Amino acid sequence: MTTLGQTLSDSATITRRNLIKVKRVPDLLVFATLSPIMFVLLFRYVFGGAIQVPGDVSYAEFLLPGIFAQTVVFGSTITGYSIAEDLQKGLIDRFRSLPMSRSAVLIGRTVADAGSNSISIAVMALTGLVVGWRIHSSVPEAIGGFLILLLFAFAISWLMALVGLLVRTPEVVNNASFIVIFPLTFVANTFVPLETFSPVLRTFAEWNPVSAVAKSARDLFGNTPAAIPVPEVWSLQNPVLYSLIWVVVILAVFVPLSVRAYRRTASR
Amino acid sequence: MDRPSVVVMTDAIVVEGLVKRFGATTALDGVDLTVAEGSVLGLLGPNGAGKTTVVRILTTLLLADEGRAEVVGLDVVRQADAVRASIGLTGQYAAVDEYLTGFENLEMVGRLYHLPKADARSRSRELLERFDLAGAADRPAKTYSGGMRRRLDIAASLIARPRVLVLDEPTTGLDPRSRLVMWEFIADLADGGTTILLTTQYLEEADRLADRMVVIDHGRVIARGTGDELKAQVGGQRLELTVRRSTDLAVAAECLRPLAVDAPRLDEQTRRLTVPVSGGVDSLAEGLRRLEGTDVEILDLGLRRPDLDDVFLTLTGHAAEENGGGTTDDETGTQVPAATGGIR
Ligand SMILES: Nc1ncnc2c1ncn2[C@@H]1O[C@H](COP(=O)(O)OP(=O)(O)OP(=O)(O)O)[C@@H](O)[C@H]1O
Ligand SMILES: [Mg+2]
Repeated sequence: MTTLGQTLSDSATITRRNLIKVKRVPDLLVFATLSPIMFVLLFRYVFGGAIQVPGDVSYAEFLLPGIFAQTVVFGSTITGYSIAEDLQKGLIDRFRSLPMSRSAVLIGRTVADAGSNSISIAVMALTGLVVGWRIHSSVPEAIGGFLILLLFAFAISWLMALVGLLVRTPEVVNNASFIVIFPLTFVANTFVPLETFSPVLRTFAEWNPVSAVAKSARDLFGNTPAAIPVPEVWSLQNPVLYSLIWVVVILAVFVPLSVRAYRRTASR
Repeated sequence: MDRPSVVVMTDAIVVEGLVKRFGATTALDGVDLTVAEGSVLGLLGPNGAGKTTVVRILTTLLLADEGRAEVVGLDVVRQADAVRASIGLTGQYAAVDEYLTGFENLEMVGRLYHLPKADARSRSRELLERFDLAGAADRPAKTYSGGMRRRLDIAASLIARPRVLVLDEPTTGLDPRSRLVMWEFIADLADGGTTILLTTQYLEEADRLADRMVVIDHGRVIARGTGDELKAQVGGQRLELTVRRSTDLAVAAECLRPLAVDAPRLDEQTRRLTVPVSGGVDSLAEGLRRLEGTDVEILDLGLRRPDLDDVFLTLTGHAAEENGGGTTDDETGTQVPAATGGIR
């Protein structure tokens, strides 16, 4: 019934609505950005001395892309929280009673959250530049690095959308997603090179998509220390391809599942 | 709005044999109802009767387990999108986006009904004006009072001029003045030809707004008809007399016995005597004349017709939820305290 044009215009309407909230409640974005800034400063200055990255690249440079990856993945949990909140406040009922596209609420949500993630990354990149992070690659490569980060976070947003629709209580969604997100972002090469991990954790970390995303960003920003050997696993030897495969697979699974859950959901 | 000038009585809403279960709870147990095009149906019932469940099925938010429902001839399951385009829904709890202003809320809903941008905007301004929200139009809805949110919510459901409007307890939580204003809005819409299904626990509200009523309890229809028909089911008029001394009750009862069409009821506690009669105001006059011949001290005397509270009590065996205020005696204007005060 709904045409593609309608889906796009409905999604744009919902995206606008969500961005208005970001504008009116800037605290959300401020706090979402303060914690990564704190991470940057903490790791750079507190652990910076203890953690040595061999070779020509400083720890700050190694660290930043990892923090970017961690932050955008955390940032996408807001998708689940917001959807649960809309459910609780009866807004999803309102939307479901309107003759609008059945996917627009979710598209508008995930797109707006990608928007806030872009703002977070921009703030962190500026902080990074202050504490000594530099991009050593070309402009297209750097743009590619940011795009991979945002695309992966966008995919995770769709997963979180499903969690929000099923769990329905904003606070619970938060806690539930942290149980998944913490190991995913910490058991990875986000903060330290994989050499330091025990064998079991190391295998997990090598195939963890967050590692591949962080590695892609590092490679594309020119922040990978030459002295660290690339692990002998396909995922980290082809991090960009491996990351994109994850993005496609997550979207292929969770877009239809989330839209289906949205159609069926009843707010109680 | 182009409506046919010849009145063709078609049903804008048809509900047949709706059954809905939630686990072990049977929320709806075979509900049938119809709402004629351009009329107002009051769906009455106590808490948990199944009113919201009917509303949710009609507005495509919930699938029934059995039965079917049609809105303007469209099946709510198979033609859900077309149904959504013809209805406006105001749910039981105000669904407004707190972070958007009143204007932005309406404009958004207008756009989602696929009104052209200019129309969505002008219609939003018009509705804000009409619902007395123009002054607050550019403030985030977060700052609105409960009554303002409720009005904004209803305005949102009207933005695309729906043929059918579904209101789930539209005045719950409003103060008496706001409730009166809301009643005027709803009556205006009905006059304009909108078909309205409205649920309520306020019998006075249904009596005032609805052409026909359906009373449900435990997911079943227990009565239907016009307000007068329902009142007739409960019984007729009666004289109600309150005396100063309870010892006078028996004397008064004896004195009024010739007027009674049924056994008088005495209540020592409230010193009240209830005498079923059939002569309307003549019975009242006659009663007063007879009592003057005695030394019974009368505090209050009135003719009472059953109101919907009585209907409710008789039909469901328990009182409808009331929020304090008294109901006005139909005939004599005497204030009758709401003795059926809130069972929650
Ligand atoms: N999603 C649900 N899950 C489980 N039970 C439900 C659900 N929705 C409704 N019920 C149950 O179905 C019955 C009817 O509920 P419904 O909300 O339709 O009543 P109502 O007449 O609108 O009541 P109220 O006046 O309190 O709004 C109740 O017993 C309720 O507990
Ligand atoms: Mg209800």
